Amino acid sequence: MKVKRIMSKLKFLMHKKFLANLAAVSIALLIIILLQSLLMPKYVTAIPEGNLVREYYDEVKKHDLIFIGDCEVFSNFSPVTLWEKYGITSYIRGSAQQLVWQSYYLLKETLTYEKPKVVVFNVLALKYNEPQKEAYNRLTLDGMKLSPIKLEAVKASKMEDESFISYVFPILRYHSRWSELTAEDFKYIFKRDTVSHNGFLMRVDVKPVTTVPEGRKLADYQFGENSYAYLDKITKLCKDNGIELILIKSPSIYPYWYKEWDEQMVAYAEKNNLRYINFLDLTDEIGIDYSTDTYDAGLHLNLSGAEKLSDYFGRILKDEYGLEDHRNDEEYRQIWEKKVDFYYAMKEDQYRELKEYGYLKSYGAASPDN
Amino acid sequence: MLFTTSRFIFFLLGVILIYQLLPQKFRWIWLLISSYIFYCFSGIKHLIYITVTSFSTYLASIMLDRIQKEQASYLKENKESLSREERKAYKAAMKSRQRRWLVLCMLLNFGILAVLKYTDFMIANINGILGAAGSKRQLAFMNFVLPLGISFYTFQTMGYLIDVYREKYPAEKNPFKLALFTSFFPQLIQGPINRFDELKESLFAGRKLTINNVSFGTQRILWGFFKKLVIADRLLVAVSTIIHNTDEYQGVYVLVGMFFYAITLYADFTGGIDIAIGVAEIFGIPFRENFERPFFSKSIAEYWRRWHMSLSSWFRDYMFYPISVSKPMLDLSKFCRKHVGDWLGKRIPIYLASIIVWFTTGIWHGAAWNFVVWGLLNCLVILVSQECTPLYEKFHNRLKVGNSFWYRMFQVLRTFWLMSFLRTLDCYQNVGLTFRMYSTIFTRFNLMELFRGGLMKLGLTRYDYIVLVPAVCLLLLVSLTGRKGSVRKQLSAKPVMVRYLVYFAIFLAVLILGAYGVGYDSSQFIYSRF
Repeated sequence: MKVKRIMSKLKFLMHKKFLANLAAVSIALLIIILLQSLLMPKYVTAIPEGNLVREYYDEVKKHDLIFIGDCEVFSNFSPVTLWEKYGITSYIRGSAQQLVWQSYYLLKETLTYEKPKVVVFNVLALKYNEPQKEAYNRLTLDGMKLSPIKLEAVKASKMEDESFISYVFPILRYHSRWSELTAEDFKYIFKRDTVSHNGFLMRVDVKPVTTVPEGRKLADYQFGENSYAYLDKITKLCKDNGIELILIKSPSIYPYWYKEWDEQMVAYAEKNNLRYINFLDLTDEIGIDYSTDTYDAGLHLNLSGAEKLSDYFGRILKDEYGLEDHRNDEEYRQIWEKKVDFYYAMKEDQYRELKEYGYLKSYGAASPDN
Repeated sequence: MLFTTSRFIFFLLGVILIYQLLPQKFRWIWLLISSYIFYCFSGIKHLIYITVTSFSTYLASIMLDRIQKEQASYLKENKESLSREERKAYKAAMKSRQRRWLVLCMLLNFGILAVLKYTDFMIANINGILGAAGSKRQLAFMNFVLPLGISFYTFQTMGYLIDVYREKYPAEKNPFKLALFTSFFPQLIQGPINRFDELKESLFAGRKLTINNVSFGTQRILWGFFKKLVIADRLLVAVSTIIHNTDEYQGVYVLVGMFFYAITLYADFTGGIDIAIGVAEIFGIPFRENFERPFFSKSIAEYWRRWHMSLSSWFRDYMFYPISVSKPMLDLSKFCRKHVGDWLGKRIPIYLASIIVWFTTGIWHGAAWNFVVWGLLNCLVILVSQECTPLYEKFHNRLKVGNSFWYRMFQVLRTFWLMSFLRTLDCYQNVGLTFRMYSTIFTRFNLMELFRGGLMKLGLTRYDYIVLVPAVCLLLLVSLTGRKGSVRKQLSAKPVMVRYLVYFAIFLAVLILGAYGVGYDSSQFIYSRF
């Protein structure tokens, strides 16, 4: 009886007009979604760092180690090296100029998928106490899946003149790209090529350091309250989840890392019972040679530098943090074999491009003629 | 809060949702609360001005109403006992009492508008005179911030008060209802200037939303968005480039600027009004139309009957007619007829009333001499063409061209360009510069520059023109179609597929081609400055 009553109430669903309207709305939505996909930047050959955050969702989420932070993590650490040398499973949730609050929300989101044993946070971002640039916000936030955590991240990151809603419906931001569309936009409308190796952006080219910078005198060396507030949140989040948090300063020599900043980090680590490693003090031990191990004169390490640093750090993680060696685990091996193959194929392709064009044409490098 | 922001869209959705959920009798209260919330977005301290206007108008209108009732009942009671003269004297005394309230309230409200809008203009002129007289003393500017929509709501409420004074309808007894009439949010940014008797029934009725109203209202809003975002805000870039770089853009560029500004202003103003009318239509509240294809006018006078109709009719009903039939004007007419003859005697009062009205129209648009000169030039052209009408008719009859398509076309184009010339006074920094730019049209012949990439230097790309040309053609097509009656009604007679496709195409055009977001300077509606 009850079922009959409900069925009679739902009769309008079978009405021709209702179905026609439903079909029209569905088609309209589909067209808008397609247009949004088409108009959004693809970040495959140019600015590949725009794809880093997004690629995490395609991953089998079983990592013992998660990196969070800016370009000093996604350029300087190679998860494949960590796997090959120590069997450590890791992922870098890095992005260009990732701000502390963005690192916090990316970590918070990551923890909804998996629970790593160790989280590594690169502390350079503490120098920014407020949002810096819309373009960098986009590179981090556009890739995040829509969720309450993303909305919180947008709220914390957006500049005054940015509209919140355009992070929810990116077509509102990228609508005017219709006049700049290229073949790449059509090619990757449904699926984009993977650009990173578990968040690591490989570059094999070399541009040696010619001058070691002297830090410009600053009026105030104190990290801002907002930065500290989010670092506290990262610390708490890790403690609450039983995760070891390691603070690091990656061995990039630009932007300049001040002694006063370093002292603050040492003090913070001590106060919060954390480990802080400044890799800039360990470059000789690691074996980094800035004439061969950087692709942009010290800002980022190249593949050679990243592999050296990962090897060094991997040993610490294995010996001191007991991260498990999964190389004998069939399930992990199957996953990582493909990654290793992709890694070496890209490495080979990059050397080929270097030889053919003199620069990494398809990997976000600028032509030397520019 | 700009109409074309996502914030406004969410605000509107919230207002609609709660409106529909509320019982009918509370809906107008919700509209009032929403209007005040809307107003707060422009600065909470400005609420004081609109509240003072509402309540002072309410008090004055109640007093007028009371005096009128007192008069009616006194006359009724003493119908037999009063002589004709006594009745007349009593009526005059009561009218005088009413006039006191009317003048007091108008002084207060126009005073607020004048002080906020014109103080700095006056100071600038006084400083200019002091400087010319060799004095080093300069008065400091007050830099008052103009409350949102003050020119519009002041005129609207004063129109209401005058109507009550004229006993066109009784005063509204509920102060909050009058507050809603004053502050109803869709009309705040740039009008239209509504009339109380046309609005009161629907505004306070709290009617249920209907599919028809929501659908028609949404269509109108969408069309407004198209005009504003796809055309006006895109073209404004070129207009700004021309008027802010006067050393570079002279001669033919001044004409291009005039042409572009005409389209920009039309798309911007009518787009804003479409949104306002569409929003009101969703709630079943019919705003008055503000335009009737003004660019198809054959004379300036006709143009002004079809452009910003709610303002023109306000000036006509509440200023031009009362001035024309006022006692001093009738006395002047009598005096002139006696001393300068019938022909001129009849005209002088009309000319004077016209000059006053056009001066006020000019200054209403902005506190600058540009606007005063603009208003007076409009007046001059209208009066001259009015006087030349017999001459034109003679010419038409002799050449038999009066009704031919080509002659009508000529008249339309002549009016368009004449108005474009006059309108340019809105654009340049001052009157002197505007006339200097006019003169370059005749002294600098650089037409070919336009075809050698000149149009691409105005801040617009090839793609902008690719969007603008069909969009403006569509605007023209819709205007032409509108001659046969409501375009939306014509469209609603088409098959459902065609309708959906048209709506969706316009929606996509706004979404993709709209000049909004990063990279575009989100512009205020031009008329919201007035």
